[in-house]
Amino acid sequence: MEVQHKILVLDDDADWLELSREMLAQLPSKPEVRTATSGKRALAMLDAEPFRLIICDLKMPRIDGLQVLAIVRRRYPELRTVVLSALEDEDFRSRAYALGVDMFWLKTEMQGHLQMYLDCLESLLGRDQDGGFRGIQSKGLMDIIQMECLARSSTVLRVTRGSLVARLWIQDGELTDAEAEGARGETAFLRMLTWKSGTFENLPAEPNRERTIFKPVNALLLESAQAIDENDGSAVEASGETVQVHRRTVWKLSLLARAGAEFVVAVPPDGQGVPEALGTEAQTVGQYAHWTRRATESIKRMGDAVDAGPLLHLDANNLERRLLLIPWEHKNFLVGWSPETSEGLLEKTKKLVASWDS
Amino acid sequence: MGLLKNIFGSSAAHAAVTQLPSGSITVDRAGEIVSSTVSSAYPAELLRTVGKEVLALLHEAHVAQMPLAEVSIHFAVLRITARELRGGAIIFLFPQTALSPISN
Repeated sequence: MEVQHKILVLDDDADWLELSREMLAQLPSKPEVRTATSGKRALAMLDAEPFRLIICDLKMPRIDGLQVLAIVRRRYPELRTVVLSALEDEDFRSRAYALGVDMFWLKTEMQGHLQMYLDCLESLLGRDQDGGFRGIQSKGLMDIIQMECLARSSTVLRVTRGSLVARLWIQDGELTDAEAEGARGETAFLRMLTWKSGTFENLPAEPNRERTIFKPVNALLLESAQAIDENDGSAVEASGETVQVHRRTVWKLSLLARAGAEFVVAVPPDGQGVPEALGTEAQTVGQYAHWTRRATESIKRMGDAVDAGPLLHLDANNLERRLLLIPWEHKNFLVGWSPETSEGLLEKTKKLVASWDS
Repeated sequence: MGLLKNIFGSSAAHAAVTQLPSGSITVDRAGEIVSSTVSSAYPAELLRTVGKEVLALLHEAHVAQMPLAEVSIHFAVLRITARELRGGAIIFLFPQTALSPISN
């Protein structure tokens, strides 16, 4: 027997809720649609009955969408979450993704891309039932690009690695343009292929985008794979693992110097390896790592108590330096800066941390 | 008010969820709240938890020989900024929501 999923739509605009009902009635699986005009009401409904998906507005009086999502992600981790907002602000988008939402969609994009929106919702509703997969952790960026091109897709692939953002324009299965780390075209494409992990999302296609890449995508992927293999191979041939470790250390020191940071301590979870540090004395590494662990435990307890969502970062200072603590891929990074550094400190730290294990 | 609540059953229909705390609190070295500008509707127990965890964080920084003058914790929907005061601390709570300006 086919299961009828339930969708909860949360928005303080009653007209929009009515419009949402009409739109969601077009979904092939014909889900039951319920609505709420306040965060409190929505949470009460989620407590009372199981839902498959919540579509949540951000800007609402009293308890806003971000707070609702922070609570929802903690209380109902299985619930699919979609943000539908009129706020065209990258900060809100990244905050929503930091909370673990499945999809962020702009209301302003709705008119031209309604079918794509409904397809995404249908996919979110049916994933487990249809035996599909959620997440693509085992696939690299090369695989994702190949899949998009083989499927003859037209899309803009937005790839994020910490604060690094790259975009790939694919039109009818052909790679037409790329942007990454200030570069454009083939250079940008090859640069982003060195990223080992990150998140990606499909944005609506931009068919009028100026074309800068003319080589076939397979030729570019092959070139990139050969370059990566040659780099790895030469390091191993020279004198094995020691050379690779040395190269990694030199690379990280150059990152540290370029960014202008005083030190970095990368702290893995308890029992999962030793802290890695550069730029600080050996005896202080243990102290910094210990504080980082204790601080993140305290912060987690605080965040859970007040339903504030996950930690994005911690910023602290004293007379000697400024400190930033950032969680990144199962590790916590403590980065020390001189007290004079203030301009774009958070962005610099995010870039440093995102490049650390590249 | 109580009569209306009984008729419309609003409290029963809503889950136990409160608005994010906004304002400032001062805690002594034992983590007890000395003064507060946070709405009295916000549970005092939760504010005490915040106070105690902030003090623990500042204390651990002393132990690690990097005493901190000020610390800002940026959660997804709340920013907590604390300054150490003679063993205690003054703690500012800023909701970071779509309705309030987000600051880094």
